Amino acid sequence: MLNFKLTDEQTALQDMVRKFVQNEVLPVAAKYDESGEFPRPVVNKAFEMGLMNGIVPTKYGGMGLGVLEDVIINEELGAGCLGITTSVAVNNLGLYPIVLGGTEEQIKRFVTPFMSEPLLASFCLTEPGSGSDAGSLSTQAKDMGDHWLVNGSKMWITNAGHASLFTVFATTDKTLKSKGIVCLAMDTKSPGITLGKHENKLGQRASDTRAITFENVKVPKENQIGKVGDGFKIALKTLDHTRPAISAGAVGAARSAMEYSIKYAKERKQFGQAIANFQGIQFLLADMAVNIEAGRLLCYQAGLALDEGDNKRGNYFSALAKRHCADMAMDAAINAVQIFGGYGYTKEYPVEKIMRDVKLVQIYEGTSQIQRVVIARHLLQD
Amino acid sequence: MNIFVLLKQVPDTETKIRIAGDKKGIETNDVKWIINPYDEFAVEEGLKTKEKLKEGTVTVVTAGPDRAVEALRTAVAMGADNAIHVKMDAPNADTYLAAKALAEVLKKENASIVFTGKQAIDDDQAALVSFVAELWNVPSATVIVKVDVSADKKSVQVQREVEGGTKFVIDCPLPAVLGLDKGVNTPRYASLPGIMKAKKKEIKTYQLADLGLGSESPKTIDSNFQLPAERAAGKKLSGDAGAQAAELVKLLREEAKVI
Repeated sequence: MLNFKLTDEQTALQDMVRKFVQNEVLPVAAKYDESGEFPRPVVNKAFEMGLMNGIVPTKYGGMGLGVLEDVIINEELGAGCLGITTSVAVNNLGLYPIVLGGTEEQIKRFVTPFMSEPLLASFCLTEPGSGSDAGSLSTQAKDMGDHWLVNGSKMWITNAGHASLFTVFATTDKTLKSKGIVCLAMDTKSPGITLGKHENKLGQRASDTRAITFENVKVPKENQIGKVGDGFKIALKTLDHTRPAISAGAVGAARSAMEYSIKYAKERKQFGQAIANFQGIQFLLADMAVNIEAGRLLCYQAGLALDEGDNKRGNYFSALAKRHCADMAMDAAINAVQIFGGYGYTKEYPVEKIMRDVKLVQIYEGTSQIQRVVIARHLLQD
Repeated sequence: MNIFVLLKQVPDTETKIRIAGDKKGIETNDVKWIINPYDEFAVEEGLKTKEKLKEGTVTVVTAGPDRAVEALRTAVAMGADNAIHVKMDAPNADTYLAAKALAEVLKKENASIVFTGKQAIDDDQAALVSFVAELWNVPSATVIVKVDVSADKKSVQVQREVEGGTKFVIDCPLPAVLGLDKGVNTPRYASLPGIMKAKKKEIKTYQLADLGLGSESPKTIDSNFQLPAERAAGKKLSGDAGAQAAELVKLLREEAKVI
C-alpha cells in the first residue's frame, strides 16, 4: 500500500523544473540576491512553462495540480534560489483564497486572467501589529451598502509592488475578533492604495516585500470572497494548502547546502587529506541527509492528505512539515557554512546565501513556534 | 509537411559510467536517461520549422529499448505532435540496424524532412545521419548550424561551419536527413501543459518484423568495453627556466610525442 515512487508525470515535472533551475535560476541567483531587483525575466519564463498558478482547477483554464505536485515544483525551485521561489510561488498563496472560498463567477473573473499572462497576486493578511496573532488584525472594512470601504495597513506583503490583485483580509467588527474577518479581492489600481518601499532584507532578497496602506479604498460587494466572518477560516485553509510547498522549498535549499558541502568536503584538503574523511564532517553531512529525507516525506504526506481532501490531517502534516523543514534547513545551511569555513562566510561561495534565505522560512507563513502550537493542538485535543 | 525528428535516449552527461560484468555494455542500473543533447536541437528545429511554416506535424521517432519511450514523452512535452517507438534492444541492435529500421519508418510515414543530432553522446559514432539517408536513398548533410526551408517546401538550405569560421552553404532537395550541431538553436523546456499532454499521448510501436526486418541481424557486436586509463598525475619540472624549457621540449617530443 505504501509507495513513495513518483509517477512518470511527476518525475517528468521534476526533471523539467530541475533543468529550468540549472539553466535559468542558478546563473542569476547571486545577481538578484546582490541587487534585490525583482526577477521579472525568471518569473515570466516560469509562467510560460506553466510553473505558476498550477493549483488553479482545469475548468478555469489552470493545470489543476495537487499540493503534491506543488511540493515537487517548489523543492526544485528552492534548490536554486529561495527568493526567486517565493516570487514564483506566492501566486498560489494569493489565488488560493479565491479558489477555495470564491464562487464560480468570482474564480472566473479574478483567476482566469492569470492563465493568459504572467500576472501576480499578493496575499494580504499580516499587519504591523498582527503577525502570529493574525486573528487580531485591525484593517477595517466598513459596509457601505454596495461596497466595502477599507482602511488600515498590511506588512511584509510579497510581490506587492508587482501585483495586479490583492486578497485582503479585513475586520468588519473588531469585537468579533477572528469571526468578524472578511476576505476581499482588491484591484491593486484602486484609488487609496499606497505601497511602501521594497524592504531591504537579510535574505530572499529577490522577493519583493512591502508594506501597504489602504485609505478609503472602495471594494465592490461582488469582490467579497465567502461570507462575512469566513475570512479567517479562508486564510487558515489557504495557509494549510501552501505550507507543504513552502516547506518543500526549504527541503530544496537544504539539499543544495548538502550537495555543495559534499563537493567541497571532497575537494578541500587539510592534514594531508580530504576533509570528507573526517568524522566531524561526515556526521554533519549524515544529519543533513536524514533531515532532508524525513522533511521530503512530511511534505509529501501533507500534500497527499490535502489532495485527498482530508483537511484535518492536512493541517497537522502541513504544520509538521513546516516546523521540521524550516528548522532542519536552517541547521543544514549553518553547518554547510561551517564545513566551508572562512570561504563559506564569503559571497564567493553559495552557502551563506542559503543560510540567509532559509532563515525566512522559520518566520513567514507561520513561524516555527506557531507550527508547534498547531501540532500541539492536534496532540492535546480530546 | 511531415516533419520527422530522430532521437536517441542516452545516459545523462553526469553519469558515472561503469562497465557491465560481461563487458558487452555499460551498467544501466542507476543511470539517469536523457534525450541525446544534439537530438534536442533536432526536436527544437522540428518545432521551429512547424511554427515558421504555420503547418505540418512534428513526429519524433526512436529505435531502442522500452525505457526509450520516456525520451519520446519528453519530446512530446516539448511540443511534438506524434511519437513512434521502434522496439529493439542490445545485443540485437547496432547503428546499422537502427538506421535500417528508422529508414523504413520514414518511408512508411512519408517523411518530408528529417532532423536529428549530428551524433549521440553515448557512442559518438556520428554515423546515423548518413546511414539513414543512404538506406532511404535521400540526400543528407550534417554538422549543421543553420536551417532554412524554402517557401515552396521543396528544398532546404543549410549551413555547416568549417574550420576557421568559414560557412559552407548547401542547398538540397527534400526529403533529406539533416544532422544538427550545437548552436543551431536553443531547445525549449518541456512545459507543464506539455507534460500533461504527453501523459495521454498514444505512442505508435513497431517491432522489427513489422518493418520487414525480422530476419535482419546487426553488422557489429559490442564485445569488450573498457574504461579509459586513469589519468596519471602531472609532472613538475624543476631547475632554472632554461633547464625547464629543455626538459619540457624533451618530454613533449619523447613522452607525449606531440612535436
